[in-house]
Amino acid sequence: MKKIISVALVFCLVLSCCAVFASAKGEKVTLYVYNWGQYIAEGDDDSIDVIEAFEEAYPNIRVKYSTYDSNESMYAKLSGGGITVDVIIPSDYMVGRMRQENMLLELNYDNIPNAQYIDESFRNTSYDPENKYSVPYTWGTVGIIYNTKYVDEADVTGWELLWNEKYADKILMFDNSRDAFGIAQYLLGYDINTTDEAELQACADKLAEQRGVVQQYVMDQIFDAMENEEAWIAPYYAGDYLTMVEENENLAFYRPDHQGFNMFIDAMCIPTCCQEKEAAELFINFLCDPEISAANMDFIGYSVPASASKEYLDEELANNPVAYPDAQELRNATSFDYLPEDVARHMESLFMSVRNG
Amino acid sequence: MKRTNRFITVLIFIFLYIPMAVLVVASFNTGKNITHFDGFTFQQYVRLFKDDDLLELLRNSLVVSVLASLIATTFGTVAAIGINGLNPRLRKAAMSLTNIPMTNPDIVTGVSLSLLFVFVGSRLLGQRNSLTFWTLLIAHVTFNLPYVILNVMPKLKQMDESLTDAALDLGCTHLQAFFKVTIHEIMPGIISGAIMAFTMSLDDFVISYFVTGLDFVTLPVEIYTYTKKPIQPKIYAMFTLLFLLIFVLMVISNVIQLMGDKKRQSARGK
Repeated sequence: MKKIISVALVFCLVLSCCAVFASAKGEKVTLYVYNWGQYIAEGDDDSIDVIEAFEEAYPNIRVKYSTYDSNESMYAKLSGGGITVDVIIPSDYMVGRMRQENMLLELNYDNIPNAQYIDESFRNTSYDPENKYSVPYTWGTVGIIYNTKYVDEADVTGWELLWNEKYADKILMFDNSRDAFGIAQYLLGYDINTTDEAELQACADKLAEQRGVVQQYVMDQIFDAMENEEAWIAPYYAGDYLTMVEENENLAFYRPDHQGFNMFIDAMCIPTCCQEKEAAELFINFLCDPEISAANMDFIGYSVPASASKEYLDEELANNPVAYPDAQELRNATSFDYLPEDVARHMESLFMSVRNG
Repeated sequence: MKRTNRFITVLIFIFLYIPMAVLVVASFNTGKNITHFDGFTFQQYVRLFKDDDLLELLRNSLVVSVLASLIATTFGTVAAIGINGLNPRLRKAAMSLTNIPMTNPDIVTGVSLSLLFVFVGSRLLGQRNSLTFWTLLIAHVTFNLPYVILNVMPKLKQMDESLTDAALDLGCTHLQAFFKVTIHEIMPGIISGAIMAFTMSLDDFVISYFVTGLDFVTLPVEIYTYTKKPIQPKIYAMFTLLFLLIFVLMVISNVIQLMGDKKRQSARGK
């Protein structure tokens, strides 16, 4: 009964929205969605083409979809002005930054009823304490991927594995300052959002110590290197581990939960340059629909922040502790906050000098 | 000596073409991994032609490249003829002026064009979206122009000016002489200029990155954002097709030039 009523309500909502749009404009509304590259289901291999499905559900809205490669380039494009964007999906710390710089609009949850599906643990986050500006899209954790064929289980004790000389030249490391420093910070027991000069220097020294055993500083190349066993140990995202293990079943994933590890959330927001707020909210609502978000996560490989979606996911994935660690394991997970510009730059230059020896 | 020269030439060609070969091989691979070949398949090409979004991006890239190279070829040819008619000192100055945009780092051109478009669009015209298809097209025409001029100029210099005079003597109007003689004589330059402009346009990333809005995105700009996941093999299939397209165009442009030269030589020989 409840289901019928909710379906009817959604139907009414859709109808009324259509009516609003039809009467207001009598023509198609263009919605500009700006998302990470390869970050939405595209209809490959019988999955749902999400954009197409949205346009079918809301025939009066035409989606203009384009993509960015990093939070920073998205931020640069938006603050450069001259463009209209209605929906963006930045990561946690960037949501925090844009919120503080008044670049985001408050969401009207009347238009986003599906936000109810978002799990409690992804609400009231540090980057958006009252959920006023963002709805989580996906999340994931960072851990160590290692090859069980070559790596002794006894050595898998924590982040120090990445410093182990036994595996010299078979270890890969993040090629970006924030993630690399994060690992050193967990190992040394510092806050990952520290701005303390001495702590940053200590991290840089720790990373410099590691340089001798690191084969390469990489990002995307991790996939090939790990799958082909050119490297045996690498820190990376849980969701990407799941992609790699399909190619090479000797790979295992480990989160040093006693030392802490990074957890990220990418969340949907509406920037101030938005022109079609209501349509943008409808789009966010659509992406929160359990079936749709399951299709997206199936494509992306990261974790879904709404347990209701799990019933649409592949059962094996939905119950996979790599993708969905329990609360106990997540107790020491921390997220990046926005670092002040000068600290970020200082960290970057420290990392560069470590990296380039 | 001759043998070592030949050896080095072969080596250079191998070095230049091996990356392409790897790409082409990878596009026929059944597995996702580039490092070992699991089996031969056309599956990636099937996937590519089923992916409407990717095809739209490809279409966008082709539309911009074709339009930009056509416009740039027209303006560039006219400009080259104009520059050729100037006195030597002015001609030199004009040529260096047109060369600067070509040697200017792309990133400088990109950022400055973007600033200009946003300034004119948002501040002066009050547009919501000041970075659109049109700004992208203007930018592409801008950086294509010098290549066209550079290709047309030598042909103009080679041309015997008395040919135009002869045409006028024989009763042509200036306009007729221009279309029947001048254009005909410099045609190989125009064609190679147009093809050059097209290829420059098709693979431009840096400038496009700064001047596209969300309305109209070209292929290289989109591919650049594929950082979250490893690149899908269907992208290799598309690159292979693009490479073939450029390859064919280059062969055509060279054949046209060779044929033109031969014709001229035999005509002169008579």
